[in-house]
Amino acid sequence: MKNIIETKQLKKEYRLGNVIVHALRGIDLTIKEGEFAAIMGASGSGKSTLMNLLGCLDQSTSGEYFLDGCLVNRMSRNEYARIRNEKIGFVFQGFNLLSRTSIVENVELPLVYDHSERIKDSQAAAVEALSHVGLGDRLDHEPNQLSGGQQQRVAIARALVNNPAMILADEPTGNLDSKTSVDVMALFQQLNDQGITIILVTHEPDIALYAKRIVEMKDGLIICDMKIKNRKNAKDDLKALNNAEVSSVVEIVERNDAHKKRY
Amino acid sequence: MLIKKGIKGKNMRAFKKILKTALRSILRNRMRSMLTALGIIIGVSAVIIMVAIGRGSAQKIQNDINSLGTNLITVSPGAARSGGVSQGSGSINRFTFRDVEKIKKEAVFIKGVSPVVRVAVQVIGDGKNWSTSIYGVSTDYFNIRKWEVENGGELFTERDVIANKKVALIGKTVADNLFPSGSAVGKQIRIRNSPFKVIGVLKSKGQGGMMDQDDIILAPSTTVFYRLKGGEFIDMINVSAISEDKVDNAQKEIEVLMRESHRLGQTEENDFSIRTQAEMLETISSVTAVVTLLLASIAGVSLLVGGIGIMNIMLVSVTERTREIGIRMSVGARGSDILIQFLTEAAVLSISAGIIGILLSVSVIVFINSLTTLSASMSVDIVLIAFLFSGAIGIFFGFYPARKAAAMNPIDALRYE
Ligand SMILES: Nc1ncnc2c1ncn2[C@@H]1O[C@H](COP(=O)(O)OP(=O)(O)OP(=O)(O)O)[C@@H](O)[C@H]1O
Ligand SMILES: [Mg+2]
Repeated sequence: MKNIIETKQLKKEYRLGNVIVHALRGIDLTIKEGEFAAIMGASGSGKSTLMNLLGCLDQSTSGEYFLDGCLVNRMSRNEYARIRNEKIGFVFQGFNLLSRTSIVENVELPLVYDHSERIKDSQAAAVEALSHVGLGDRLDHEPNQLSGGQQQRVAIARALVNNPAMILADEPTGNLDSKTSVDVMALFQQLNDQGITIILVTHEPDIALYAKRIVEMKDGLIICDMKIKNRKNAKDDLKALNNAEVSSVVEIVERNDAHKKRY
Repeated sequence: MLIKKGIKGKNMRAFKKILKTALRSILRNRMRSMLTALGIIIGVSAVIIMVAIGRGSAQKIQNDINSLGTNLITVSPGAARSGGVSQGSGSINRFTFRDVEKIKKEAVFIKGVSPVVRVAVQVIGDGKNWSTSIYGVSTDYFNIRKWEVENGGELFTERDVIANKKVALIGKTVADNLFPSGSAVGKQIRIRNSPFKVIGVLKSKGQGGMMDQDDIILAPSTTVFYRLKGGEFIDMINVSAISEDKVDNAQKEIEVLMRESHRLGQTEENDFSIRTQAEMLETISSVTAVVTLLLASIAGVSLLVGGIGIMNIMLVSVTERTREIGIRMSVGARGSDILIQFLTEAAVLSISAGIIGILLSVSVIVFINSLTTLSASMSVDIVLIAFLFSGAIGIFFGFYPARKAAAMNPIDALRYE
């Protein structure tokens, strides 16, 4: 398996007046093709900063970053844009969809800026990506007409549409309730099973256990990196959750009826 | 070939997307877009209307001048100065009937020549009073200046001139004021206590732009000179060349004859000036061109203000849509993509405003022409210029905000609250 990501002593400093914040103090991280890694760590440990660097949204202060075999430090703005467009699908905590714009147009967006001519019919590709995430019947809906989980699915479809080398997701379930989170994780697991490399940031250990590998960060350094042995299956969990939900509703109604009868 | 076609198709689709996005964001803030467009609409229509009025007036004046006769050459006393405009004319007046006779006898490129003796007078007729000018002229004058009489009257003759006859041809305006009810022909009018017989009413030349050409009385030159003028010299000589292309020859000929007649030495300057119709047109069109330019630049200022309005609203729009810019950049939009997006938006806004401005100015010009005495002439070139200019303004004033958007850092734009 080839390395999708390889970083060497990647550092990022923010300068706020006289104070220098060392957000990343030297990250050595290798992610192979087909991996599914979860990055965890306390707030402020540098997870988002790392994701932004990996996603070519921001530039490192020092260190090297090889993406898909190419060194991508110190490139021009346009080259960064091209890499974001062709190699990376980014999923944000806050969905980041264009409001008042149909979801099919939202998903098409990366193809609008694709100068490589890889995909001829962008509309068809967008429709296919939306069908892939189970929203093939909502093409003309706008983001505000969808639930949070559905919006995140649209964002994932958008991340997929360009056939990127990997998907980066910064707390994709952060704005979702627990059941919807499992639902989104099921989708990620499904995509990973199809061979897509995924890196996601999360606070919740429950969510991290759906990945194949957990990387823990603290104060801008990786302090722990291990494979998950008993990986959870989101699809099964979802079924169990659905059953549990049904039974609990039935329970509530029965209890209520009994309550009424008594008085 | 096929690949090329594919790229072209893709570019076309990309352009459509950009246009669609631009229209959407303009329509999303309907009120704001309309108010911004209003600045350009007013500016564009002001420029077009001002230029149309300027040009219309110039045309009207030219028509007036041309109605005087295109072969007309005017000889006036006083040296010619810069631009053919004679200054202090009349100050060294030495024109006499002898000059006229000499030109008439010796010049070959002329069709007619007439002295002009002009006196401002009070006319009394039918108990009414009217102040006007009486022009003493020869019979050639009718042809030179294209004067005709209305039915029932007749022009005076050579014999009337020789005999100092007190006959008069009165202009339409004079006739209407002195004899509003009936025919003027055959009636008596009194000018400075001398009775004149009206033998004809001059056909109207229409209301000239600047002056009323029909407010005039024509009488034999001798009569006016000896009975009314009471001076030594005549005011002016009018000549018509045999044809339009012989005007220059005639002009040169007259110059030589006049110098001879006035016995000017080799080194002496002309004590007269000769102006042709073409020169007069030139002078007047240069004046009207300046006036038109002035009007247009005043209107242009409002167009400029409109452009600043566009810049202002585009800056607001860029700030409002910072997150959107971040989203677009995060999926691979380059700075240039964002730049083009916002430039297109500014251009669409200002070009549609330009089109509305053109339509508005067309209706205003139609209104001006039908309901006022002003004349405005719409021309394709100025409409085209206004159209292109409005587009250019959009791009010019849209550039700074668009560049600001394009220069954003994706991560900062995404974080923007
Ligand atoms: N734009 C910035 N300017 C200055 N400091 C920053 C900036 N972005 C992040 N930091 C600092 O870098 C450090 C790491 O921030 P980062 O956002 O990566 O943390 P995180 O692990 O994603 O936290 P959270 O779990 O709360 O999202 C923090 O100390 C933060 O204050
Ligand atoms: Mg974070």
